[in-house]
Amino acid sequence: MKNDKKYLFDNPDNVKRLLHILYACCAILVVLDLVIHRHTMHEWEKLWFFYPIYGFIGCVVLVIVATWMRTFLMRSEDYYDNHTETDVDNDSLANSTLNNNTLNNNTLNNDIINKKGEQHVDD
Amino acid sequence: MWMIEIPPFVPFFIGALVLLFTRGMLRSTIMIAIPIVSAMHLVMVPEGIHLQFAFLEYQLTPYRVDKLSIMFGYVFHIAALIGIIYSLHLRDTMQQVSAMLYAGSALGAVFAGDLLTLFVFWELLAFTSVFLIWARRTQRSYDAGMRYLIIQVLSGVILLVGTLFYAHENNTLAFGYIGLDSVAGWLILIAFGIKCAFPIAHNWLTDAYPEATVTGTVFLSAFTTKVAVYALARAFPGAEILVYIGAAMTCFPIFFAVIENDLRRVLAYSLINQVGFMVVGIGIGTALAINGAVSHAFNDVIFKGLLFMSMGAVLQMTGRINGSDLGGLYKTMPKTTILCIVGAASISAFPLFSGFVSKSMVMSAALEEGYDWIWLMLLFASAGVFHHAGIKIPYFAFFAHDSGLKANDPPNNMLLAMAIAASLCIAIGIYPQALYSLLPYDTGYNPYDATHVLAQTQLLFFSALAFVWLNLKGMYPPELRSTNLDFDWIYRRAMPNVLQHIFSVIWQADRTLRDALKLRLNIYLNYFSGKNGRLSILLSRNYPSGSMVMWVAVVLATYLLLSFIQ
Repeated sequence: MKNDKKYLFDNPDNVKRLLHILYACCAILVVLDLVIHRHTMHEWEKLWFFYPIYGFIGCVVLVIVATWMRTFLMRSEDYYDNHTETDVDNDSLANSTLNNNTLNNNTLNNDIINKKGEQHVDD
Repeated sequence: MWMIEIPPFVPFFIGALVLLFTRGMLRSTIMIAIPIVSAMHLVMVPEGIHLQFAFLEYQLTPYRVDKLSIMFGYVFHIAALIGIIYSLHLRDTMQQVSAMLYAGSALGAVFAGDLLTLFVFWELLAFTSVFLIWARRTQRSYDAGMRYLIIQVLSGVILLVGTLFYAHENNTLAFGYIGLDSVAGWLILIAFGIKCAFPIAHNWLTDAYPEATVTGTVFLSAFTTKVAVYALARAFPGAEILVYIGAAMTCFPIFFAVIENDLRRVLAYSLINQVGFMVVGIGIGTALAINGAVSHAFNDVIFKGLLFMSMGAVLQMTGRINGSDLGGLYKTMPKTTILCIVGAASISAFPLFSGFVSKSMVMSAALEEGYDWIWLMLLFASAGVFHHAGIKIPYFAFFAHDSGLKANDPPNNMLLAMAIAASLCIAIGIYPQALYSLLPYDTGYNPYDATHVLAQTQLLFFSALAFVWLNLKGMYPPELRSTNLDFDWIYRRAMPNVLQHIFSVIWQADRTLRDALKLRLNIYLNYFSGKNGRLSILLSRNYPSGSMVMWVAVVLATYLLLSFIQ
């Protein structure tokens, strides 16, 4: 069954349109900052464009720091499923090939885990 | 009137019992009727203590209604009803019964007027909810449920110890303001903190919630942490340490949320972030701040439930929940998409959605009380929550690249539950006075002035702009199949490894020691047996020792006999 129906964002123009709306909103909000008199409670708030700049920079910093955190926090998907450090590489490879595009990967995973569990017995 | 004396947990517990003996339509009807009837009952109950009796020399108060507890009472009824509607299609007695018991336990805890009753429901919350995790029936969920249960029970035990200390010091069990000037206070704070997912103690949440069933997570997200928030608001309002703990809770999870692949785990991190806002509000402790904390808890139950429901629908219909596997679902799940976006807008605190009318109270209170840096952290967290929960969740699930998955919108009962939650989000956002009239204090706060609306809208739109810019530049971290280490690595990996190492060293030492000892013993044995061998040539060459013993007995008996004769 092939789905030939065109959806809203299949058309790149629509994506562009949406982005232009976003840019326009941002521009309007910046202009409003100059027009509307804000009764501020804090001196930082009095700075021009405090909120837009803080929001933008905050998010960029967030993403950059989070990406950097990946370098030392990221492990293979089944990291905790394996009992010993040495087994991680072999099994993650085996698992990832199995996992690809299999819907019921849970059962497969479990079989592997269970099989592993049998092998590894603390004596 | 005796009806008043029935605490709200009773109908839920009786209902759970009845569910065991019914099925089909009857069961569904009973499940829906219980929260509705119980809520109607609660609306009529006046404030005050409705049930009290003496236990040993202490007064127990299992049912106390006041402004603070009734807020949570209402929202727990709403959450229970929404969760039940969401799970109507289920044919799983275990989940339905435990969900009913779990909701009842939460209600029991918030209406508890003394620490002992609180403790009982505190533990019941743990024992009833863990079945919602185990009901997934996988090895992963079993393990996660076990870890969850251990940590939750630990929290209960600490609460019990704190309660005993408190009863000893104050000679009362009444659950009111406790404060932090005694050991008991600190113990109770730690117990509450564990359930509240304080930093370092937060991993039970991010570990277990995403492993629970589709419908189980919806219940889980509503009750446990909010009971803890309620308990904090009752016992420690104005404790300054909570301001800093809460601020940390708002900030650190958003980093994890940005790189997390499992979208329900992203929501679990953002749940901690939202609870952080409430904890800050409680820590500030002014009327406005407490109002903010309580109303944010109220709204969070609804919009976080909505988000978990929409992600649950995605998991249910596609069998996947990783951001790396999903995308393009707006084409085939349009209703879910729209409902999810409503939830996303609410949690991001867009004006006219529910998050805005409660979160801004906490922010204003922080500024009023001069917590400048805390305010900046909260502002950063607000931008961050929009980034990961407001944009990332809908974007990676429903838009982004087309994953090629073909799914339909979920069953009608799931859509209905989501629609109820979404309309509540919008209704509270548009008409916040209804919510404000229920709050513990009257502060006359109005969220919709030009300053607030403009500031918040600017913050959010430029956060969205940052997302777009990062995406266009290719700097946005792609969704990757991965596990990200968090503090739970300490007790899931480091501690077992260290223990294993220590034990293997101990066993090694034990073995060498025993081997040496055995060797020595063997030498001695050989030595003695050699010597014996030489001796035996003289005395008993081949008589077994058994006959020796018999002959000794015979000699002794003869000797005894002779002594009688004499």
